[in-house]
Amino acid sequence: MTWDTEFALSVFPELLSAFVRVTLLVTVVGSLMAAALGLVWAITQRSLGRRSLPLRWVLDFIRMTPIPVQLLFVYYTFNNLSALTVGILVFGIHYSTYMAESYRAGIESIRKGQWEAATALSLPPHRTWRAVILPQALRATLPSLGNWAIAMFKDTPFLIFIGVLEMVTVARQIGGSTFRYTETFTIAGLIFLAASYPTAILMRRLEKRLAY
Amino acid sequence: MIHFQDVVKRFGDTTVLDGLDFTVAPGERVTLIGPSGSGKTTILRLLMTLEDLTEGFIYVDGEPLTHELRDGKRVARRPRDVSKTRRRIGMVFQQFNLFPNMSVLENITEAPIHVLGKPKQEAREDALRILEQVGLRERANAHPMQLSGGQQQRVAIARALAMHPEILLLDEVTSALDPELVGDVLEVLREIARTTNITMLIVTHEMQFARDVSNRVLMFDSGRILEEAEPDKMFSHPEHERTRRFLQAIL
Amino acid sequence: MSDLLDTLAAASPQLWEGTLVTLQLTFGGAALAFLVAVGLGLAALSPWVIVRTLVRVIVELFRGTSLVVQVFFLFYVLPLWGVELAPYTTGILALGLNYGAYGSEVVRGSLTSVPQGQWETTTALSMSWLHKMRRVIWPQAWALMLPGLNNLLIMLVKGTALASFFLMNDLTFVSDQMRRTAGTFTSYGIAMVIYLLIALALSWALRVLEARALRRLGLREPTKGETAKATAEAVA
Ligand SMILES: Nc1ncnc2c1ncn2[C@@H]1O[C@H](COP(=O)(O)OP(=O)(O)O)[C@@H](O)[C@H]1O
Ligand SMILES: [Mg+2]
Repeated sequence: MTWDTEFALSVFPELLSAFVRVTLLVTVVGSLMAAALGLVWAITQRSLGRRSLPLRWVLDFIRMTPIPVQLLFVYYTFNNLSALTVGILVFGIHYSTYMAESYRAGIESIRKGQWEAATALSLPPHRTWRAVILPQALRATLPSLGNWAIAMFKDTPFLIFIGVLEMVTVARQIGGSTFRYTETFTIAGLIFLAASYPTAILMRRLEKRLAY
Repeated sequence: MIHFQDVVKRFGDTTVLDGLDFTVAPGERVTLIGPSGSGKTTILRLLMTLEDLTEGFIYVDGEPLTHELRDGKRVARRPRDVSKTRRRIGMVFQQFNLFPNMSVLENITEAPIHVLGKPKQEAREDALRILEQVGLRERANAHPMQLSGGQQQRVAIARALAMHPEILLLDEVTSALDPELVGDVLEVLREIARTTNITMLIVTHEMQFARDVSNRVLMFDSGRILEEAEPDKMFSHPEHERTRRFLQAIL
Repeated sequence: MSDLLDTLAAASPQLWEGTLVTLQLTFGGAALAFLVAVGLGLAALSPWVIVRTLVRVIVELFRGTSLVVQVFFLFYVLPLWGVELAPYTTGILALGLNYGAYGSEVVRGSLTSVPQGQWETTTALSMSWLHKMRRVIWPQAWALMLPGLNNLLIMLVKGTALASFFLMNDLTFVSDQMRRTAGTFTSYGIAMVIYLLIALALSWALRVLEARALRRLGLREPTKGETAKATAEAVA
């Protein structure tokens, strides 16, 4: 089996288009959703204290079960939703459980004195969160959220389980009809690498920059 | 005998030691003093091979430590040879650095058994004897975390002694201790100085201690020896104004 | 309720089979991943630049290109090169290499987190490389790396679900088959519960190891927050 550069280049546009239309879309919308939900989980847990235990169990359940099964489950349960919508929902919810942990870490990293100072000033709870805790916590959390977004990005090929035509599925189809798997999967891998590696570096930089 | 010959040490662009020469006789106790950043720690770390020597040579009893002159060229010695020479040197650190995964006794016997190849029983007895010397025999099975800072440092001293080094390096060994714990550690060191003939290189701010144990004091400034003298002379009649001011500041 | 029990009884042989396949992939993959993680993690601290560079390239390659792509590569591309692997081997190889690469970052990070003074003391005591690793550095790093490895292990359990895609009768495959007879909720629900139990059991086992390691060091357990941050860094 020899390497055919011309063929590799010829599949590139099609793969890139699937990458942008599906992979990036799911990653970006899914990450935003995960970031928003994760914050809700984290604040709820912090505010409810011990009473948040049931929520914790639900989050652990989602975090500890495979995305493919979750995709299939949601896809067949809500058959009025498009596969792409299902994908975004599942990825968003699944990774919100991880991001919730990151927010928790960020909130925990804030010294007790900050809470005490807010109490001493009689700030109401929402001001304490909005003006004092979150601005500091987010700073510590942002790189971590970015890292989870990258992890989600690399999980998007799981969409193949519910038949979404994302990049790796397309690569597999092209490979199947031309028997040139080497080129298609290499290009698919390179596209992943080209997107995830610089982002990971960026997060490492960000982390250094944002550290107090 | 320790001999530093034209020793140069640079960290990147900063030259910390620039052509340092000095000799320490066997059994001699030499105290290094000088302002913070003057290079005292670096000298001890070079001897312990914790830093790379940029230029020059260090000899221990005429044996080169990390570099030697071969056919007129300065070459690095093989790691195995360095290791052999290094075994004659022991060091006690400011931060104790006890191994947290081992008991006090294990901390002390680990290297004698596995580096020197001593029989277990012998290493154990030796360790207990040394622990007795530092006044901690009854804590042999304790965990390092259960000891006070002063006790931890005495264990660290015992650990270094258990290798029976010819040379002992002490880098501000009481600086991390609460004031009331300093005395015990210094007492142990005085005892070692009195009962053994180990060569000692001491960095300390405890001037009374330095006066009691050392034969010679070297005053460093910016990586150079500004002056050297016997302790009595150095502490009561220093030659340089700079030394006088330094001594005034720390006393 | 009795319907559910009937369905379960009827499907239990396949479910059991599927669970076994998933467990085998999990243990095989985890064992290989651990070896790879330790090997690459130690090599990442090599004094030779070439070795370190090589390790970096390997690690970034596996971290950067999605597990799914790697599985497909092994499954579709290797046969074209004349290398035919059994599905099991493919699965274990892909899981082991991918999570091993992530794990090597955890191992490296833990080793470098062992305080500098500990490394220096081993030099002052003239310990050999093997000796200092085995007796001083590793026992301390071990306690630090377990939380990270724990998280990766759970991810690996979830990652085994990929096996159904290349025709292995794992838990995901079996539950997908069950859907027609048992319905969506029951079939996938059961699968998820079994995955959860596997993950919980393994996670618990590693936490026991961690508690033991920490006790030996006389240390406290790390907060959830520290663990979460370290994990996010490793998987990116
Ligand atoms: N690892 C290092 N990298 C860069 N500079 C260093 C390093 N270690 C020491 N130095 C510098 O070398 C000089 C001497 O340090 P040191 O030997 O620790 O002095 P002392 O022990 O007398 O206080 C200082 O200016 C210090 O900043
Ligand atoms: Mg110093």
